[in-house]
Amino acid sequence: MTTFFDELHVLFPDLVRSVEETVPDQVVVLLNGPDVTAIVRHILTAHQGRIVTVFAEDRVNAEGVFYAYYVFDRPGDPSWVILKAPIPERFPCFTSLAAELPAINWQEREIQDWFGLEAVGHPNPRRVALHDNWPDVHPLRKSFPLDTVLPPFEGERHVYRPTYGEGVFQIPVGPVHAGIIEPGHFNFAVAGEPILYLQLRMFYTHKGTEKLFESLPIHRAVFLAESISGDSAFSHGSAFCQAVERAAEMEVPARAQFLRTILLELERIANHVADVGAIANDVGFVIANAHAGRVRELLLGLNETLTGSRVLRGMIAIGGVRRDWRPNQVEAIEKTLKVVEREFRDLVAILQSSDSTRDRLEHTGILRPEKALTLGIVGVAGRASGVDCDIRRDHPYEVYSQLLFKVPVYRAGDVRHRMQVRIDEVGESIQMIRAAVALLPDGPHRAPTQPIPPGRCALSAVEGWRGEIVHWVRTGEGNRIERCKVKDPSINNWPAIVEAVEGNIIADFPVINKSFNLSYSGTDR
Amino acid sequence: MFKILQKSFSVGSATADYPNISPRLAKQFRGCPEFEFEVWSDARPAAEACPTGAIAFHDSDGVRRVTVDYGRCIYCGECEAASVDGAVRMTRKFELAATDRRDLVLTAEYTLHPDGTHAGLQLAANGPVLEEPGKRIAEAIQNLLGRSLAIRQVDAGSCNGCEQEIVALNNPVHDIERFGIHFVASPRHADMLLVTGPVTRNMELALRKTWAATPDPKLVVAVGACGISGGIFGANYATMGGVDAVIPVDVYIPGCPPRPEALLHGILLALGKTRQRTRSHPFQ
Repeated sequence: MTTFFDELHVLFPDLVRSVEETVPDQVVVLLNGPDVTAIVRHILTAHQGRIVTVFAEDRVNAEGVFYAYYVFDRPGDPSWVILKAPIPERFPCFTSLAAELPAINWQEREIQDWFGLEAVGHPNPRRVALHDNWPDVHPLRKSFPLDTVLPPFEGERHVYRPTYGEGVFQIPVGPVHAGIIEPGHFNFAVAGEPILYLQLRMFYTHKGTEKLFESLPIHRAVFLAESISGDSAFSHGSAFCQAVERAAEMEVPARAQFLRTILLELERIANHVADVGAIANDVGFVIANAHAGRVRELLLGLNETLTGSRVLRGMIAIGGVRRDWRPNQVEAIEKTLKVVEREFRDLVAILQSSDSTRDRLEHTGILRPEKALTLGIVGVAGRASGVDCDIRRDHPYEVYSQLLFKVPVYRAGDVRHRMQVRIDEVGESIQMIRAAVALLPDGPHRAPTQPIPPGRCALSAVEGWRGEIVHWVRTGEGNRIERCKVKDPSINNWPAIVEAVEGNIIADFPVINKSFNLSYSGTDR
Repeated sequence: MFKILQKSFSVGSATADYPNISPRLAKQFRGCPEFEFEVWSDARPAAEACPTGAIAFHDSDGVRRVTVDYGRCIYCGECEAASVDGAVRMTRKFELAATDRRDLVLTAEYTLHPDGTHAGLQLAANGPVLEEPGKRIAEAIQNLLGRSLAIRQVDAGSCNGCEQEIVALNNPVHDIERFGIHFVASPRHADMLLVTGPVTRNMELALRKTWAATPDPKLVVAVGACGISGGIFGANYATMGGVDAVIPVDVYIPGCPPRPEALLHGILLALGKTRQRTRSHPFQ
């Protein structure tokens, strides 16, 4: 690590003010000014770094500046590199990197919308999080009150890029969709059946979550974290609690870490099983979905036995978990897993026995590995397209370093392989849970409550079932959060859908979309 | 093909016969909290612990007015943990849907000791009116909607938690189609809108348009703490604070998210209400 410190000091003596490791696996590089381009290029090329997220913070009242944070992951290094660049209030702008790094296209625009900081040189600097008809407000500035009542919206609606040509037409879909799914707008340009181009409009479910974090006491904010993306309640809750625990240098008891690990894997299995069924359903193989629904119910029943909630709510807590398990609850895990393992194996066999299903899934919605890498695709979608990245292995948290597991990686990048990654991961997760149950130590399930010291920052990452979830917090006075940045894997992966649908027939869009199964609420917050 | 049939035969029917038979709930399942107002010595710890403000109090002239709103409650159990006197107990009750928002609010008034604890209970009022679903509901569908109810689900900013449980209504275990109820792809085909989420400013117009596109007579059901009251999001710069801030609501289904049986209960209750309504205000 020292070499990296020295390297930056030597290469960029004018840019780097200080380098420090405040939290064990996080190197914070404080810069002199807002221009990060040279250092970012260096980290990307000399260190093969991957940009994880970019976000901003309003420190005008405390320090007279805004900060922009750029988080990087470097292969083979469990430490995160966080560039911290001050942006003076008088010149509220920063250099956009979106042209080189499409992965942060939306995140830079979020900063524009929420903080009123201009991303200079952005290839498409239009509004993203606040829709075009919003008044000129910047909600994440400290001067903007959470409960501001905005007048009814009037004015401009979003203008989509037009498409011309003989036989070419546009199909607008959403935000209210045909299925029971979340809202977003898809604008397809099609020539006959094949899709020429897809334009996305998201943030329909933007509900001020990051602002709300700043007003809640930490013990209530945990429940808000559970409501970022309802299918990843436990993963988001864990990411938030871990961030606060790291900031406060709090020890989490060993037993609690095991319980969390088991629940994180149960969340993964339940969602993967549902997705495998839903993918089959979208190509008309309804019976497979019926079996998947049945298996999922078994898993949700187990969740209820373990946490009191079918979707694992109200369990995660700062310092551990809210409820301990009795021996009969622990026994229920293996009882259920045994049935689930058998039933899921049968479901996969049924799926594989159907040639017509395979025909629809193979070579459909291909995301090429080189594209996946450029776009910064993570999680299941990334692993199906050659991106070998899994937080559980690369930045181990809870007890993942004590468990053996394989990370399935394929290069085909089609719907079939996004499904295969899920199928493989269900198998791995079942074994991981068994191993964790076998190693489950006795002891307390929660650290004693203690006040959270103010002014501490920490980042935490969790491999949710969809991919990499990142939370970054700064603690405040009076057991509150000063700032919480939430990055759901979905915000990385939406551009992958645009890429994957091109040239496919429009009738295959639902199954391609489902094979990614991204969270709208996690994206929009 | 043989494999598929063989599997189906070996599994048999997976459907649970709710509401005729109560669902098998885990012992640990958290339904709504219940309050023994007579023995409640202090509402403040529970109010402080409550993440959504479902438990709130207001002190004036030595009198404390406590309100408990099941329409905000997310069933986390923190109020039970915070109340050392045992007056707050989590139950496994989940059939909480109500046709009147006020039915979801409990109120109690206490005189106070100097240290702020409760001295005496003056008044306790309201409570969820638990209506029975069941056979008469099936009748209602048959009479009014020709044995078929078409639902359009609208996500108006939910976290996707409620959607997961609504999707589960279609699985073989809950199998909502056995009631002649099915989900349709367009509001133009729908008799009922099942709306989730605190209604974001970015979804407000879409919700209004969806409601306008649904033919009369139509029912609106607000699902989950967010749909009823905005839940943990409440009303803020980006949210409206519940479905009824935007369109009229016929039935409220509490929960975070409501389990599939609770959703079924609420949907069936809404149909019962339609029958009542047609008596007093016959459709033109």
